[in-house]
Amino acid sequence: MDDDHALDYVVDAVGKSKLECARIASKRQHQVKNAKRERKNILNLLVRLRPIAFIAVLLIAWQAAVSRHPVHTLPSPWGVVGGIADLLRHGLLFKYVVASLFRVTWGFGLATIIGIPLGLIVGWNRRSEMAINPLVQVFRPISPLAWIPLAILWFGVGDSAAIFLIFLGCFFPLLLTAINAVKNIPSVYVNAGRNFGLRPPDLVYRVLYPAVVPQLLIGLRITLGIAWLVVVAAEMIAVDSGLGFLIVDARNAGNRYDLVVAGMVMIGLIGLLLDTAMRSLETVKSFRWAYSED
Amino acid sequence: MSSGEVIISPPHMVGTKLQVENLNVIFTRDGKSTAVLQDINLEVSEGEFVCLVGPSGCGKSTLLNTLGGFLSPTSGTVSIDGEVVRGPDPRRIFVFQERGVFPWLTVEGNIGFGLFKLAHSERQVRIAHYVKMVGLGGFEDAYPSELSGGMKQRLEVARALAVNPDMLYLDEPFGALDSITRHTMRGELLRIWETERKTIVFVTHDIDEAVQLADRVVVMSARPAVIQQIVKIDIPHPRDISSPRYLELRDGILQQIGLAHKI
Repeated sequence: MDDDHALDYVVDAVGKSKLECARIASKRQHQVKNAKRERKNILNLLVRLRPIAFIAVLLIAWQAAVSRHPVHTLPSPWGVVGGIADLLRHGLLFKYVVASLFRVTWGFGLATIIGIPLGLIVGWNRRSEMAINPLVQVFRPISPLAWIPLAILWFGVGDSAAIFLIFLGCFFPLLLTAINAVKNIPSVYVNAGRNFGLRPPDLVYRVLYPAVVPQLLIGLRITLGIAWLVVVAAEMIAVDSGLGFLIVDARNAGNRYDLVVAGMVMIGLIGLLLDTAMRSLETVKSFRWAYSED
Repeated sequence: MSSGEVIISPPHMVGTKLQVENLNVIFTRDGKSTAVLQDINLEVSEGEFVCLVGPSGCGKSTLLNTLGGFLSPTSGTVSIDGEVVRGPDPRRIFVFQERGVFPWLTVEGNIGFGLFKLAHSERQVRIAHYVKMVGLGGFEDAYPSELSGGMKQRLEVARALAVNPDMLYLDEPFGALDSITRHTMRGELLRIWETERKTIVFVTHDIDEAVQLADRVVVMSARPAVIQQIVKIDIPHPRDISSPRYLELRDGILQQIGLAHKI
């Protein structure tokens, strides 16, 4: 009996210690897992921070180079920050950004409202496409900047001239995008729509429109980029406000290159924001089919 | 039942559904005209399953497009229920290869596409019914890009059936599928055909497929396509594809097209 008890005891103890061991092991495993996860998170964060770190390194190098050999040909990053602060203090930054965005909105908006419906109609109708295409091909390679003298002659110095130039820069790309979008609609979709008895207005709304939207979105995104390029150029010549004007004015009125670069930085950042906003439209589920490789 | 017994038409084959008379289609391009279809005469009964086979490029799809009203014949007529076809019509739905589903609509959206005249509640009932029939339950909110080729094809069939057409035109519907999926899809199509009793005209270049599915196989020649022969497939469903009669019919068609069945 005693032996049995002793055995029981041993078995029990072994069992308990086994349990204990298991618990400790699982705890350790847990800790290891947690540590692994933490390490992974940190790694992830580092990967994400990589572009920022890269920019920071460049900025530091730039700052160091300029402070070691002060030159007049390039402001330091810190000087640019000062320039932005200066602009903010005088209330100019906000004013100029709004002025530029205002012109882009009008020029781009008008080009969209006119160019896309026109392109859709022209693309649908083969004969009108044949008629209009050569003309478009001649106008398209003319830089909108070549129109600056005529724009000033027709509209004077002011918003309308700048808006007109942006409109020209956007109109032809959008027209062509819309023409091609319609031409590229697979005939099966149109045939299926007709087969289900859709009247023409329904066919446009339920088949043609959804079929072209993804391509139009890409065209709009690229064209908005063009608009943002054109506005800067137009503001350098045709108006007295906006980010383009800021750059020219900062140079003319006393070689404030810190302000010139501040203007460039703002143009870059706002351009990035505009592009990101347009890009986010492409993730809408009912548009996404056209971008996924099926 | 002995094999010599006269086959009695199934009760669903009551009258002529589709009639093609002296149909000619000539394409003109760059001033050159090409005869594609020559003097086609064909009758399809109500509820019948007819397959069109022939060498590729012979004009099978042209014939189907003409039947569907997407192409007008150069001469001759296509009439359905005695009425001349002048254009596409929701009573006769054309099923393309799986590319025909609308990629911007979900499974539900696609099936409900042709149901715009129905009230919302009725539409939902109809959609649910066909989602189930083609086995897409659980995928109601999926977009076609998330579906496999076979699922897309079933979706297109469901979209066609949902408007309750009298006829289905299928243009090589399983041509782009892998052979296992294609096999399953044939079974499903037959099951659907047996429950819904639509008149089906089915274009394929796969002779086995035609002999497995059809009541009659229409064998067409190379261009300009004429009807070479119409073969009645007198084997009841489900068909044993290794039975002597099956092989005899299949080999007969292969020979007719000029293909030896030994490679």
